[in-house]
Amino acid sequence: MAAVELRKLCFRYAGSEKQALTDIDLTIEEGESVLITGPSGCGKSTLVRVLMGLIPHSYPGELEGEAYVFGMNVKNTPVSRIATRCGMVFQNPDNQLFTFSVEDDVAFGPENLALPPDEIGRRVDEALRLVGIEHLRHFSPNNLSGGEQQKAAIASILSMRPSLLIFDEPTSMLDPSSSASLIQRIFELKRSLDETGRSITVVIVEHRIDLLLKHLSRIIVVSEGRVILDGDPLRVLEESFRKRVPINIPPLLQIYFRVKDKCGLKTTPATVKELVSMLGGGASSNG
Amino acid sequence: MVKIDVENLYFRYPEASDYALRNISFRIVEGESVAILGENGAGKTTLAKNLNGLLKPTEGSVKIDGVDTRSLSVARIARKIGFVNHNPEHQFFSEKVEEEVRFGLRNFGFSEEAADKTIREILSVFGLEEYRGKNPFQLSGGEKKRLAIASIMAWRPEALIVDEPTIGMDYAQKLNIRRVLRSIVSEGRCVIVITHDVDFAASICERAIILSRGEVIGDGRLRDLLSDDRLVEKASLRKPFLIELEEETGLNGLEEDFDTISSILMEVFQKCRS
Repeated sequence: MAAVELRKLCFRYAGSEKQALTDIDLTIEEGESVLITGPSGCGKSTLVRVLMGLIPHSYPGELEGEAYVFGMNVKNTPVSRIATRCGMVFQNPDNQLFTFSVEDDVAFGPENLALPPDEIGRRVDEALRLVGIEHLRHFSPNNLSGGEQQKAAIASILSMRPSLLIFDEPTSMLDPSSSASLIQRIFELKRSLDETGRSITVVIVEHRIDLLLKHLSRIIVVSEGRVILDGDPLRVLEESFRKRVPINIPPLLQIYFRVKDKCGLKTTPATVKELVSMLGGGASSNG
Repeated sequence: MVKIDVENLYFRYPEASDYALRNISFRIVEGESVAILGENGAGKTTLAKNLNGLLKPTEGSVKIDGVDTRSLSVARIARKIGFVNHNPEHQFFSEKVEEEVRFGLRNFGFSEEAADKTIREILSVFGLEEYRGKNPFQLSGGEKKRLAIASIMAWRPEALIVDEPTIGMDYAQKLNIRRVLRSIVSEGRCVIVITHDVDFAASICERAIILSRGEVIGDGRLRDLLSDDRLVEKASLRKPFLIELEEETGLNGLEEDFDTISSILMEVFQKCRS
């Protein structure tokens, strides 16, 4: 069964004249690691709200077409049921944290599943460890920095052990090294769950592509509410470059795409060092 | 023109046992572009709020043009030093985009006519004209961010502090914001950017102040500080792409314009013939 299946999906927010999503046809298989990106205001966040059932249940508007998540029709499945399979980490952690301690926020989801207390404890420990904030468990979310709040929000979702993990700009508030280690952790988590047979699907909405690239199986570019590119990450980025779609193509690739043909580069450099050595040493045949 | 003097600043939040900022001293003057960098929880936002009087020092002082912030109202400081919150929703309260921008203008005594003109101009600079009548809370994340900056910039404060300006921005918008911030600097006003986006900081700011655990661990030319591997690691930062490229190629003075950089690289490396 596919994790996500959207057929001719259209959505318009109540009170808005513009369609937020138009004719979206999309299948995401279980186990994929997908980046959804596109210019600001293109409909990325709207799209993931559909995957959580927040559209149509929490956002009024007109939804047409079909949307299935693990076979559940989002139109007539309560958000609480979808939430047992899908977890979403919001752009703004303020929207997610509401108790007086990090631990309580992280325990909130499993408590609502009426799990036994020791299982809840295990999940809370696991989730805090996965994002590296065990030391903040007794802190009030209000007293945390923006980046720490974001980590707490992620832990509060991981404790639900979702099959589909959706991140809406997860690194937006994090410093470069926390961003890199968070992305690393997300995909290590995915790998270790995949190995135990508890396969997990990751959908990330992000503007910052550089950190994610090596982990992705697929990139989907949304523009003005439509899917305009979809497929292999590098190929999609190169297409975006050629078509001048204003997404944040990593600087290294910005240069690579410009010089590769003229310099006869055969492989994609992973670091600045590699690019420079390819330009200085390896390229001679084509010109 | 504006001058901000920070002297032996210590700051502690009311219920906290530890200081969030310790022993901080520096001066920022007109025409400067300063990046405040550092790891999560380093105290960047706390420092920014001390610079514009939203928070007052626990010990030491912050002076705006020689006057201690303790003796100035937040509104008076705001006229001179605009502050754009990292979470735009903390800033909005109007029901229409244009009213959001008008609010500050009205408070600072702009005539309705002047306000109308300013609103038109600023919304166009930020690509928000079509949302004039829309509810700010219904905008997308990136649009909210742009509105937050636009509504502060509208009254042309002498210094602008922007907390995380590039969050949720796509490439075109980043260039747009960069252009706007640079033009503020070139007018002799002052821009202070709090950011984790080191490439963005490097493309705007001459100077960097690097915080770690509430203390300044570096203050100087951004390029020099971010070339220092140990400092970069200590502050949980990353070397900006252009500095890395310059180090690897031995070139210098590269600007973030990929067409130009690519031509330069192809020229320099003889094996690539165009």
